[in-house]
Amino acid sequence: MVSLSEFLIVAALLFGIGIAGILINRKNIIVVLMSIELILLAVNTNFIAFSYFLNNLAGQVFVFFILTIAAAEAAIGLAIMVVLFRKRGTLEVQELDLLKG
Amino acid sequence: MNFAMPIFSVALPEIFMLCMITLALLTDVFLPARLRLVTYILVQATVVITFFMSISQFFNYPSPIITFSGNYIIDKLSMLLKIFVCLISFFVFAYSREYIQARKIAFGEYYVLGLLAVLGMLIMCSAYSFLTIYLGLELLSLALYAMVAMQKDSSQATEAAMKYFVMGALASGLLLYGISMVYGATGSIQILEIANREGLSSTQQMVELFGLVFILVGLLFKFGAVPFHMWVPDVYQGASTNMTLFIASAPKIAAFGITIRILVEAMPNLQIQWEHVLIVVAVLSMFFGNLLAIAQTNLKRMLAYSSIAHIGYMLLGIIAGPNSAEGYSAAIFYVATYTIVAAGAFAIIAILSKKGLEFDQLNDYRGLNARNPWLAFMMLLLMFSMAGIPPTVGFFAKLGLLEALVEAHLVWLAALALLFAIVGAYYYLRMVMLMYFEEPAEGLDESRFTVSPNMLAVTTVNGLFVLVFGLFPSSLIDMCRVSFA
Repeated sequence: MVSLSEFLIVAALLFGIGIAGILINRKNIIVVLMSIELILLAVNTNFIAFSYFLNNLAGQVFVFFILTIAAAEAAIGLAIMVVLFRKRGTLEVQELDLLKG
Repeated sequence: MNFAMPIFSVALPEIFMLCMITLALLTDVFLPARLRLVTYILVQATVVITFFMSISQFFNYPSPIITFSGNYIIDKLSMLLKIFVCLISFFVFAYSREYIQARKIAFGEYYVLGLLAVLGMLIMCSAYSFLTIYLGLELLSLALYAMVAMQKDSSQATEAAMKYFVMGALASGLLLYGISMVYGATGSIQILEIANREGLSSTQQMVELFGLVFILVGLLFKFGAVPFHMWVPDVYQGASTNMTLFIASAPKIAAFGITIRILVEAMPNLQIQWEHVLIVVAVLSMFFGNLLAIAQTNLKRMLAYSSIAHIGYMLLGIIAGPNSAEGYSAAIFYVATYTIVAAGAFAIIAILSKKGLEFDQLNDYRGLNARNPWLAFMMLLLMFSMAGIPPTVGFFAKLGLLEALVEAHLVWLAALALLFAIVGAYYYLRMVMLMYFEEPAEGLDESRFTVSPNMLAVTTVNGLFVLVFGLFPSSLIDMCRVSFA
């Protein structure tokens, strides 16, 4: 039987990978979008694990909402990316340097 | 299985607004391009009617009502915040009209998305569980990301949209992770149940504290407080000025609302912990915000750093709150008046910017008094208010905060706030000096300084608001006090 803390450790690892992907990524914006999805999935894992072990359905309901919003968020993120690519012709994170100071 | 019917009438402002959004969207699809103004009128009418609905609710519901299975609350605080949100959104939409028409930004879409963002803010004001808080927040954020990206032909705006999106999504992720931890510790996502739980084991308390840290980071990201401020200057500068105007104003009020719900109403037992974090963040925000603003040559960027500093001041009110009767009401007064002032200042940039030419360098404002004295006077009022100089409303906002801090025995923090306010006064007064005592810049033709009478009227109302509530602040202060009685 898998215990609660093992679920939480997996979720924490996913979350950490997601954060690291955003903060230390120097390559491509698509990687950033994937990292954001990873963070949200880590949160979902947390909610489902807690929900199962607490015998409380609220967490699973919450997960449905997060999944829906994650889809909408990805759609908007990709749309912004398309606009950016049309304007700049590149998706390198380092090229995003017009605004500084 | 028992299911209590929710009291729909208390959520009337939101329900009405949702219906009107669908109506405005449909109207805009079927209207020919030359009649697009109808969408604008429809949207503004919705905001005005919602404003009056909130006011009538403010006087008709004396005691709080919790409904929708404990997910929605209507109390004085939520209604007051809604009144402010509607008021400021009205100004923002009015200011944006000519700006986006001149730049060929999709007109109807802008207003429909804007109204969705306002709906998100209203939901945030009334949210009483983590689920509704999250949904309101995302409704607001997703609409704002799209709106920033709507100026597709601007390299800066698309970059700002991308940065805003990534940082906003990261903040939501952190907030959600914290919420999941709090849910794990307490077994509930409702504010009331989290506040009333008893007998948590020490492990559960640790997990809740862990969650609180992530929630705090998420909220501070959304506010743009130091050390989570790096996106604020970039987004404020890069976004088209009408969007900067929107981002800098109304969402701050809604974010204040959810901060009060989460920290003060759900987690009063962890008050010592979050208070310590907020003290550090507030001092850092005031320090770096004011200091970095001095070095800027772009007015939008300068106001972005100044907004970081003002967030620091607002946090002071939340810090003083638990030990002082006036703390929370001082904070809400501060955030409401600041957002109106900030909206006015960005609006002046927006209405002076002509097609293809932004008017956002500090040097552009050299000698503005000689070219357009009335607009220069309005800018002077707004700058005085941000600096906290009487008789503008900013003075009373700062005074209330300092009083609350002294009452809460945090005199050293009050002294520090005053010191940073003096640092801040330097760059606000420099702006006034540029407008009044410098020679106008050469090579700018006079036509750049002519402003349409509509825009001038809205700016005048906004500027005089600052003066009138500076001279007679008591009614507004009383409304804020009642909200926390």
